[in-house]
Amino acid sequence: MTESVIPVDAYLVASLPEVWFGVVMFALGMYLVLDGFDFGIGLLYATRNTEHERETLLSAFGPVWDANEVWLVAFGTMLLAAFPRVYSRLLADHYLLAIGFVLALLFRGLGPELREQRSDEQWKRYCDYSFIGGSFSAPLLFGTLAGRWVFDAATLSLPAVLTGVGLVAVSVVTGAAFLAAKGDPALASDLRPYGIGATLAYLGGVVALLTTVVLTDAGGAADTVRSLPAVAVVGSSAIAGAGGIALARRGAYRAWLASALALPALLTALIALLLYPTVYPPTGLTLRAAVVSPLALNLVTVLGLPVLLLVLGYFTYLYRVFSGPIDAEGYGS
Amino acid sequence: MNPTALFGAVDPGWAVALSPELASRAQFGWTISVHIIFASLSIGLAPFMVYFTYKDVRTDEERFARLRSFWVKVFAAGFVMGTVTGIPMSFQFGTNFPQFSEVAGELIGGPLAFEAKMAFFLEAALLGVLLYGRERVGDRTYVLSSALVGFGAWLSGFWILVVNAWMQTPRGYEMISRNGMEVARLTDPIAAFFTPRMTWMYVHMINASVISVALLVAGVSAYIVWKRRDAEAWNTALRLAVVILLVSAPLQAVHGDAYARHVEDTQPQKFAAMEGHYETGQADLHLFAIPTSPDAITDPRAENLFTVSLPNFGSFLASGGDFDAEVIGLNEYEENPPVALVFWSFRVMVGLGFLFIGLALWGGYLAFRGRLSDSDRYLRAMIAASPLGYAALLTGWYVTEIGRQPWVIQDELKTSEAVSSTLTGAEATLTLIGFVVVYVGLVATALYVLKWLIREELRTLGREPSTGDRWYGPLPGVSDDD
Repeated sequence: MTESVIPVDAYLVASLPEVWFGVVMFALGMYLVLDGFDFGIGLLYATRNTEHERETLLSAFGPVWDANEVWLVAFGTMLLAAFPRVYSRLLADHYLLAIGFVLALLFRGLGPELREQRSDEQWKRYCDYSFIGGSFSAPLLFGTLAGRWVFDAATLSLPAVLTGVGLVAVSVVTGAAFLAAKGDPALASDLRPYGIGATLAYLGGVVALLTTVVLTDAGGAADTVRSLPAVAVVGSSAIAGAGGIALARRGAYRAWLASALALPALLTALIALLLYPTVYPPTGLTLRAAVVSPLALNLVTVLGLPVLLLVLGYFTYLYRVFSGPIDAEGYGS
Repeated sequence: MNPTALFGAVDPGWAVALSPELASRAQFGWTISVHIIFASLSIGLAPFMVYFTYKDVRTDEERFARLRSFWVKVFAAGFVMGTVTGIPMSFQFGTNFPQFSEVAGELIGGPLAFEAKMAFFLEAALLGVLLYGRERVGDRTYVLSSALVGFGAWLSGFWILVVNAWMQTPRGYEMISRNGMEVARLTDPIAAFFTPRMTWMYVHMINASVISVALLVAGVSAYIVWKRRDAEAWNTALRLAVVILLVSAPLQAVHGDAYARHVEDTQPQKFAAMEGHYETGQADLHLFAIPTSPDAITDPRAENLFTVSLPNFGSFLASGGDFDAEVIGLNEYEENPPVALVFWSFRVMVGLGFLFIGLALWGGYLAFRGRLSDSDRYLRAMIAASPLGYAALLTGWYVTEIGRQPWVIQDELKTSEAVSSTLTGAEATLTLIGFVVVYVGLVATALYVLKWLIREELRTLGREPSTGDRWYGPLPGVSDDD
């Protein structure tokens, strides 16, 4: 029955494997953008000292982080569904990083959820450590993992470490912009310096990373980095970063948020450029060699892609419901 | 520097490392055991939560508002725990069992991606509305959110069990060579998704989740009623849980009996392990088995056990009516699963299942006589039974998963062949220890949260003379001074 609906021996469109590479990278981008600002909230949380401010940050984080984290699952499972060998090598070859990352996510997620269960100071302090530590380690480890993947680099090599630190920095940028756009002027002006500093650190990190890559040709990526699309992406990042700083200084926080969110999106675009068409540089595995058979890919296209659009629809709804000012008391129960 | 080199260099000297295979299996078994509790909590709690939300919005009665608020909080806490323990599960397919991911990628990748996109997103996004959005959305949207969150939990279970059922009874694929490796190519999605095992497993698992949660709800309600006899909401919840148990517990026994027959058909080796049946031939049915020596515990063979058995009933059940039917014995196989674990897990599960039926009937009788909350003995029994649903659920999974060994994909790929070849024993042991430490803390925290919620509930219910005794069982001891 399905055979009549879904072609068995040919991809629905000839370029479907490339389309799926794009879809997987899109999910990665959504994850880096959305959970990125969650990490940023967790990192900026460390700079807030009063209970009121801390609860304000948690109220912004509470309703959305879990849904944001699901983009990681979407990325992972779609990578498995379309390019199983990339999924298995990526995780198996970076065992401790991958396990460390999921444990960091665990601490990041549980800290805030448990914090409100008790009112004594010590309990809250432990939950705060869990939240802040997880929010710092998760992007650091995930970025390092991405650096190892893209540049075929060792864990303690410059490309891997710079990618990890870069992801931490860009998370602070989006976190600060997200919180600033929530509307509390005092909080916004408090967080602005962190956002601006992190933007400069991030842009500096990108330049340092790409210079290293060009000089050492890590993972054979030097040519891609010098290519026009990559230069365009890096240039756009510089513009988005500089523009973001200007907007933040003028207090145009919503516009700042838009330009800040462009940074992790552009970072993902750079990753995608570097992984195309060699999706797993450490073994030189190409996209076409890694992709699953036509029927399997056609099936996930027909059943999965419309659902992904639906998901984007109710994500918009979710963010509309919880848009606008936050307060320490949360959104009411 | 490569971490493999880092830890590999000092491998045998400073630590007693398990083999990568044993550590990986122990780690997956341990992490799934913890995850499954939270995952099935979402599934089982969904109907309760939807019902309480609906009644709250519809009737505006205080008792339903109370129940809704309490159980949505439990659901949310369980969901968060399910999320943070669920992500390591799909990761471990890659980190520890990469050959499995690669061989089965076309078959399992689709369902796992559907689970994320169709179910997980839905739950995660709308749970935010359920928890924080009561004042921000209308009544209808609120009830709808609750229903969709519940639907998401059931759909999530569906796709995960599609994957698991395929591992038990793989269909709809052919083996081809890709990148120098034999991998499964999807040839028939319907056959691959709706394998012979799928519906058996889904019904059994959903119902097991409902039973486990009904016991939990009954236990918590019994405890609160025991402390505050006039707590109207919790009398309602207790009655509801008993009614649900009256339907679900007997259903599980009837369904499980037919399910076992299906297992004998499709996985005779597992069935033989469940019965400790070594010699091919007629099989007896062992209703009870008592080990007569320590050896009989670790090596359960029918002849070493004191059993209460129905002669040839094993054959009768397995074949669906033939007392002389031949049942394949374990001696036919080169490599067998750890028979003792499967054999005893199966007996614990079945025994608990019958206990639940007994508790349901007892409660039904008391409710019929209108004395449900007056019987101290029943309240105590239900408090004691509150974690037992999970004991049955876990032992049931041990039968299913350990009984499938040595295969990870039945008759296609062995677990030993699926384990990462680049993984060192030291790395695997290190992360195993990490997961044990973290998850013990996690479970303790989950119990603590439940205890805290109950204490808050008692506090808001106000003061009433206690029945006196302090409870020292599985639920938290809450004194009236709290």
